[in-house]
Amino acid sequence: MSTALLTDLVIFVLSLWVGFEVISKVPATLHTPLMSAANSIHGIVLVGAMLIAVTAHNPIGYVIAFVAAAFAAMNVVGGYVVTGRMLKMFRRRPGTAVADDGKRS
Amino acid sequence: MSAFSTTIQLIYVAAASCFVLGLHLMNNPATARRGNQVSTAGMVAAVVATLALIIHSGAITVTGWIVMAAGALVGAGVGLYSARTVQMTAMPQLVSVFNAVGGGAAALVGIHDYMSLADAGRGVPGSITVTTLLDVIIGAVTFSGSIIAAGKLQGLITSAPVTFPGSRAVNLLLAAVTLAGCGYLIATPSLPGLLVVIVAALAFGVSMVMPIGGADMPVVISLLNAFTGTAVAMAGFVIGNWALIIAGALVGASGGILTKLMADAMNRSIGNIIVGGFGTGDTSMAVLPGAGAGVRAIEADDAAIQLAYASKVIIVPGYGLAAAQAQHAVAELADLLESRGVEVSYAIHPVAGRMPGHMNVLLAEANVPYPQLKEMDEINPEFSRTDVALVIGANDVTNPAARRPGTAISGMPILDVDHAKSIIVIKRSMGHGYAGIDNELYANPKTSMYFADAKAALAGLTGAVKTLVG
Repeated sequence: MSTALLTDLVIFVLSLWVGFEVISKVPATLHTPLMSAANSIHGIVLVGAMLIAVTAHNPIGYVIAFVAAAFAAMNVVGGYVVTGRMLKMFRRRPGTAVADDGKRS
Repeated sequence: MSAFSTTIQLIYVAAASCFVLGLHLMNNPATARRGNQVSTAGMVAAVVATLALIIHSGAITVTGWIVMAAGALVGAGVGLYSARTVQMTAMPQLVSVFNAVGGGAAALVGIHDYMSLADAGRGVPGSITVTTLLDVIIGAVTFSGSIIAAGKLQGLITSAPVTFPGSRAVNLLLAAVTLAGCGYLIATPSLPGLLVVIVAALAFGVSMVMPIGGADMPVVISLLNAFTGTAVAMAGFVIGNWALIIAGALVGASGGILTKLMADAMNRSIGNIIVGGFGTGDTSMAVLPGAGAGVRAIEADDAAIQLAYASKVIIVPGYGLAAAQAQHAVAELADLLESRGVEVSYAIHPVAGRMPGHMNVLLAEANVPYPQLKEMDEINPEFSRTDVALVIGANDVTNPAARRPGTAISGMPILDVDHAKSIIVIKRSMGHGYAGIDNELYANPKTSMYFADAKAALAGLTGAVKTLVG
């Protein structure tokens, strides 16, 4: 196994543990927004999709690059917008936006 | 490493930190919005850094630019439109679609990488092939599986488990073909071989999700979410990008945790759910002779009086509430009762609805303050002090049969609705829940059944409370 691969593996495993640690504290109320937020985060694959366009040099490559960029962009933009839309609705009291609440408490 | 590429790498690390911080801020509804903003900022930074990297490398063709920009614009437009217009009741479908496109994009990254290596005529080192194949397979399974899941949730495909004789053998066969294909590809790089593996993985995704029924969807969506994360992390291995590895691992962990929580809330193993076929509900066997006798029906006026003169009411929403789009109607009734001094709270079972936290989002949309939404462990002791438990479109999660051994739902944690002084169940008919067994709650002498569509029933109750005691 190459050093690069080993480094990648170490990062992967440690990130998994960070993920378990951070996410296991999320309350059930926020499980849907959490899932949606996680969804937007895996939209980072857009970075990979963009890099395909660099190495693509034939029609098949371009088609793959186009579809990958479209999929990933849809994932990122849609994910963040819908998560924000959902979180905006969570209120502590009727008519009070959560964001205001956070500043007061 | 040049100063330029070091800077780019550091930006990726900063982006990954933003993702971790963003998820951390999701621990509290009061900070969750900021979490989403932090996470968005990380994503923007990563994308801008990648653009800089591409410009700096100068290797991209004009066609490459056009393809990339066109794809990104189309995708962003579709994503923006669907995110803005989606109904909250349809959130599970949308999440599923985002899982599909994320997994699909990750698979394409792997496929492209494999193709360009094969084109260059270079031998592909075995260890690289393994991560590439994992990327392609997990991504493809997620893609087709998520599309089937979204179709089931949207009602385009029957939400009932779809099985046929030998369907499990087909599953095993597809898995075997995929694995054998991988073994072959590691030994001898070949594009037709890769195509076989892709097709087999896509077919496996379909045949994996088809036999899983509607009420198991919270588990399936969580699992597919974990798959997508893992596929993206594998794509990170393929292109040697840490941001993808870290972000993918975070999502994989989050999906994994939710999968486990959901499976525990049904007292079933993840394997049992994936094997599927649960809830085919051999109903002719499950209906006891005389079921329906001993059940007391109630009209809107009587139910309204009970609610209006109660001092404590707990509302138990289930998928029926979402299906009837009745979240605003229930919030209106609850507001009316509260204005009369009734203490109202909501009991949320972890697997109520079609995805984790589905009920919470619906009720948040209807302006219900989140401190009123109580988790199962928190609310269960309160039922004995409750005058009326109002069950709306929830079934199996309230069935006391779960406390006895020997039933289809034995051992499943339930809401102790039967401990309330009286119970009103809003339901369209005496039909069975997902598990296909009788709900013993309905035969309880304390229970009255209000047979109607949830939305109409709640509007009726609100009207009756206003006219009778207004």
